Amino acid sequence: MAHRIGRRKNVKKGFQFTLMVVGASGLGRTTFINTLCDADVVPKRESDEPDMAHVEEGIKIKPYTVELDEDGVKISLTVVDTPGFGDMIDNEYCFQEILGYLERQYDDILSEESRIKRNPRFRDNRVHALLYFITPTGHSLREIDIELMKRLSPRINVIPVIGKADTFTPIELADFKKRVMEDIEHHNIPIYNFPFDPEEDDEETIDENSELRSLLPFALIGCEEEIMVNGRKVRGRQYPWGIVEVDNTQHCDFAKLRFALLSSHLQDLKEITHDYLYENYRTEKLSRSAENLSE
Amino acid sequence: MSLDAEQSQPVLQSYVGFDSITSQIEKKLLKRGFQFNVMVVGQSGLGKSTLINTIFASHLIDSKGRTQPDEPTRQTVEIHSFTETVIENGVKLRLNIVDTPGYGDQVNNENCWEPIIKYIKDQHSSFLRKELTAMRDRFIQDTRIHCCLFFISPTGHSLKPIDIVVLKKLTEVVNVVPVIAKSDSLTIEERIAFKQRIKEEMAFHSIKLYPYASDEDDDHDQALNESIQDLIPFAVVGSEKTIIVDGKTVRGRQNRWGVINVENENHCEFIHLRNFLTRTHLQDLIETTAMIHYESFRSKQLLALKESGQQQQQQHHHH
Repeated sequence: MAHRIGRRKNVKKGFQFTLMVVGASGLGRTTFINTLCDADVVPKRESDEPDMAHVEEGIKIKPYTVELDEDGVKISLTVVDTPGFGDMIDNEYCFQEILGYLERQYDDILSEESRIKRNPRFRDNRVHALLYFITPTGHSLREIDIELMKRLSPRINVIPVIGKADTFTPIELADFKKRVMEDIEHHNIPIYNFPFDPEEDDEETIDENSELRSLLPFALIGCEEEIMVNGRKVRGRQYPWGIVEVDNTQHCDFAKLRFALLSSHLQDLKEITHDYLYENYRTEKLSRSAENLSE
Repeated sequence: MSLDAEQSQPVLQSYVGFDSITSQIEKKLLKRGFQFNVMVVGQSGLGKSTLINTIFASHLIDSKGRTQPDEPTRQTVEIHSFTETVIENGVKLRLNIVDTPGYGDQVNNENCWEPIIKYIKDQHSSFLRKELTAMRDRFIQDTRIHCCLFFISPTGHSLKPIDIVVLKKLTEVVNVVPVIAKSDSLTIEERIAFKQRIKEEMAFHSIKLYPYASDEDDDHDQALNESIQDLIPFAVVGSEKTIIVDGKTVRGRQNRWGVINVENENHCEFIHLRNFLTRTHLQDLIETTAMIHYESFRSKQLLALKESGQQQQQQHHHH
């Protein structure tokens, strides 16, 4: 409910939203970012020389900012890409890098809040949601998936998505989604699951959030090119056996996720980040310093 | 008998009948049956089990993927082998399929390839021991791996660092045939670019893939091998389910946007891989394992034995 009020208030000023995207290379992460923004935000990977394939480059954290216009509403979207995650032989280090980045943004807010003279041009770089790309194995979650979501969910809204979901038939996709959610529940991973209050919220909100929750993890297909289908121009992937359309909700969940992130649930994600995740971090950090002082 | 300056073959005056040796051999071999050992290596979820079942047109192995939430995310690479005998037109094929689940699935995959390399070498080792036994079996049971199918994830980018490391180690001890798994997530353009990239990387790292050129090859063999080398890595799609396409029952996958026919060469290269493994190179895979990989292992072992024997003798002398 709160997100609707927020929208009306700030429509003129526009919104700021920061989204992080994490997943092993080759799962369509970069293409997704470009598809989301409908622009070449992240440059296509330069054809590296073949002598680079064995080099473990380690994870890099790269923010890109785009100005979007969503039905007249201006959104300043920052997408933080994390190339290199999961690509090394030992990926332990990747987790620390991401966690460190998220916590540094919180630290910046913390120190800004405590300043006597505030900086009028201070930029809030906190990340409001993390899309985690799950490999479409057809089995269940892998160790790295569980570890990442578990370790990062205390600091950020984690939304699991399936990259390159066009590798599944409809039955395989439904089975995989079910198994992933069972796994998430079994391991007590507190992902962002479009929370609603069955007592307090209106029916529309309940329906909307239930539907989005049932789509988890979102099946994504990314595509930057347009092709002709029956005289229409669509964003899609052409296979010898047919064409997958990115914006077709029968083919994948891209359109629904995009609407949730940039319209219906933008405020909710920001509020949870500020009122809950940041607050927890702040409390933990300040209690730690208090403990250190008293020793 | 006439002999030229160039040694020409003698001309037979009447039919001898030794040309029947091929059918004599065939009869013996049919009775004995054949043994084919294939190993599959690759991250879980790449359709390894499904592909094996598709190649041999029967449900031979079950997927080892983690499907229940209370199953642990595997901690070690456990190597399982399954033996099934399949018969086709009286020809008995004893298939031994070696699965390597868990490879590359951990957060830290350091040395996950060691159990695999060790397994391959252990089979050579066991064969050598049986050969060297004074009272050895007439036909030593052959558990040596004849073919290792290496599954590459269809990222569309390049090989991963772990793939390069493992390919290097595997190609030193076994015939390696790389495949791009689940290739139905790549468009034709992406597939072509991906293959090109992989080939460049393998060439850069001097990774020696099967088939190997041999002096015995005639023009036909050479041409066939070249066309195979051109195709490698095979972009495959596997399926145990059948669907009806144009009135015919084929193995395939049905999506909301189309039907993938596994046996259609325009959709994927499954047919090429299947024919390569079973119809053209089956015998050669078995032979090169014995003549190249096993021989190399054997000579290293025997040399090492000889050297350690000599060292022991020298130590005796010094005392």
